[in-house]
Amino acid sequence: MPEVQQVEPPEGKEATLRTQPKWMDWLPTVRMTLLSILVALVFGAILIAISDDRVVGAASFGDAITGLGQAVGGSYWAMLTGAVGGWDAIADTLVKAAPLICAGLGVTLAFRAGLFNIGGQGQLVLGAIFAGYVGFAMDLPPGIHLVVAVIAAGIGGALWGAIPGLLKAKTGAHEVITTIMLNYVAASLLLYLLSNVNAFQREGQLNPRSHPVDTTATFPTIFSVHTGVLAAMVLTAVVWWVLERTTLGFEMKAAGANPDAARTAGMNVQRLYVYAMTLAGLLAGLAAAMTVLGQRLSLTTSVAGSLGFDAITVALLGRATPLGTLLAGLLFGALDAGGVQMQAGEGTPIQLTEVIKALIVLFVAAPAVVRSMLHFKARRDHGETTMAAKGWGG
Amino acid sequence: MSQAVQERVVDHHHEVRDPHERRRRIKSVVVLGIALALLVWFALDAESDTVTYVLGDRVSREFPPQELAAGPVAWGCVVVLAIAVVLAALNLLRRQAVAVPVFIVSGLAFYLGFMVWEFRDQGGAFQAAISNPLPGTVAIATPLILGALAGVMCERAGVINIAIEGQFLAGAFFAAVFASLVFDAYIGLVAAIVGGVLLAVLLALFGINYQVNQVVVGVVLVAFAAGLTAFLNNQIPESGKWKEYLNQPPILEKIAIPGLSDIPIVGVALFTQTALVYLMYVIIVLVPFVLYQTRWGLRVRSVGEHPKAADTVGIRVNRIRWQAVLVGGGLAGLGGAYFTVGSSGSFDQDISNGQGFIALAAVIMGRWHPVGATLAAIFFGFMWNLQNQVGLVGKVPPEFLGAAPYLATIIAVAGFVGRVRPPAADGEPYVKG
Repeated sequence: MPEVQQVEPPEGKEATLRTQPKWMDWLPTVRMTLLSILVALVFGAILIAISDDRVVGAASFGDAITGLGQAVGGSYWAMLTGAVGGWDAIADTLVKAAPLICAGLGVTLAFRAGLFNIGGQGQLVLGAIFAGYVGFAMDLPPGIHLVVAVIAAGIGGALWGAIPGLLKAKTGAHEVITTIMLNYVAASLLLYLLSNVNAFQREGQLNPRSHPVDTTATFPTIFSVHTGVLAAMVLTAVVWWVLERTTLGFEMKAAGANPDAARTAGMNVQRLYVYAMTLAGLLAGLAAAMTVLGQRLSLTTSVAGSLGFDAITVALLGRATPLGTLLAGLLFGALDAGGVQMQAGEGTPIQLTEVIKALIVLFVAAPAVVRSMLHFKARRDHGETTMAAKGWGG
Repeated sequence: MSQAVQERVVDHHHEVRDPHERRRRIKSVVVLGIALALLVWFALDAESDTVTYVLGDRVSREFPPQELAAGPVAWGCVVVLAIAVVLAALNLLRRQAVAVPVFIVSGLAFYLGFMVWEFRDQGGAFQAAISNPLPGTVAIATPLILGALAGVMCERAGVINIAIEGQFLAGAFFAAVFASLVFDAYIGLVAAIVGGVLLAVLLALFGINYQVNQVVVGVVLVAFAAGLTAFLNNQIPESGKWKEYLNQPPILEKIAIPGLSDIPIVGVALFTQTALVYLMYVIIVLVPFVLYQTRWGLRVRSVGEHPKAADTVGIRVNRIRWQAVLVGGGLAGLGGAYFTVGSSGSFDQDISNGQGFIALAAVIMGRWHPVGATLAAIFFGFMWNLQNQVGLVGKVPPEFLGAAPYLATIIAVAGFVGRVRPPAADGEPYVKG
């Protein structure tokens, strides 16, 4: 069971630490994250360099160097402008980031309770099915329709999240396995509904696709950003509040840090597992609402894309804190939005962003790698968080 | 009075003493009973129909369709299942040597009854026939088996390998590219192993040396491999010679083994296959042998169960773990070769389509034992093949059959078919203390 562990400062440093303000504790973490991003971008540049036609297919060495500059510079410039160049680009980034943040918060919450929720994908799919069905099959007045659809999405995700929680609590079945399997079951369910059930089918479509969601059930748009984005910000605050200011949050964190100790202290750890997974599913379901009711507006077999898996990397990069998840979600949203621009403008495949994302998380997870690569010594690591290693657990 | 006590004691002796055994007995009866009830319904429904079947994997000149009366077959299956239920109820399935064959025969009977029912009214112009499931199953199960054995290898050494999917993709990509470059499918197999090993190096480096949570590393490595292979694949220009040189590999040809391939029904399925499949047969035998009969295998298992004890007797824990992870990576990479040079040729984005995760499920369903994992992988392959077979008929939605392996895994992990226990030190990095 993975957990995020604060590396304790070595003995005797206590006094010096106290002289710093508390937020300074985060500086090494921030620095390490920025360095990880930098190193990942360098690796991305190398990838472009060894595969781009302008470099590989160049006639002479000089041409290759020029081509290298064009390919790498052009690709990254396109990515930058696609992500933050102008309001439209920023709006695109925000719209792409919102479901990532929301689903990432679900993974984060489960993480803190000591659970590795790989089932974001399945929970998203269920949320999408529920939201979509309410959106196109029910007839409700404006406003209420949207609220009902969003609630339905949350319920769908929560139900799908509760299953692995219950299985873990009752039988000890490991959530990594059950959530992976439930992802596939959810995908099968969606495919079945889209290809066999009339309510979900739209005529004259080559690929299975549902009816569009009624306009009364879509998120209203302000400045070309749908209001679901705002909801993602609010949810970040809510999750922070739950984790830091409520008994439930405290107990979940206690169960995550040391289930035996939590049990000894009289907490019902099994029940906390169920709560944590249900809440995680709820958040993933809400992420699906943002996608279905704000972005895609109808159900397809790929409605959830790879959001559920990206949510895991977002949560890992955010070190399983709500604020970190928000920032990581924004970064990944920017990479996604920029990646589209990069592919369209420079012909550099958008999958480069997937590689960069994976590398960032890998380096963040293993700070020692970046440190040895860049030859610098950390000041005894205090405040730097890392993903502690643990086994399958029980 | 003493006689009565005596009788009670004797009676008690015959009772099931272990509550687990009792529960298992009830479960067997319930599961077999449900299957029996379904079969009776199939039989009643299909009694007066005829079905067509072929011995090959499709209707051809070599394998003409043949007709069969559905009723007797279906009722025959009912009888077999009824016997199984009685055996279970009388608690004669205590010993594995009895239980396993009974369950296998019951499964086959259920399959036959189901197929007869599914295809009962498919005669006439359309002529959908029951075909031999073996060729499809062997083909689909090949990567799953190799991936599952890779997972067993790593996890018995105490390293969680969620990155099987990534190793599949790396293997598939390397196989396609290198086989295209030298225009030799067998070079593709070697390259696939290299690809899988390269990803395994990353897993070992981060998971063993840097002690990052191995589940995290695995998930990230899958994303990394998927992104990298898709990126490089898209960078290959569609036009000109590039594509031909880099992503149009030759495909492994099927080789019929003289003699063995002439065995009816199973011969074509098992012994007219590619070299990759024959290699898989060897590996299926080799992995259990190495793990359980050699000194190295004992060391692998010991560092997975109790690294400290292994260290105490002088075994270098992390070195053995590195070796096991690399061997596993090679196996999974080889499994990945199936997707390109082993079947369809060119590499395509996400070509393994999540099957690495199914291989992982097979590891767990097989309780971290190579034979169990192989059987689980075959079961998954069989279910997928069944999904393809009945997809056209459409009485049972194919999506249900598609979801069956995943549901079966959840049921297995939740302990409905016995306790599943990972190696004791699985996922825990070893720090010499």
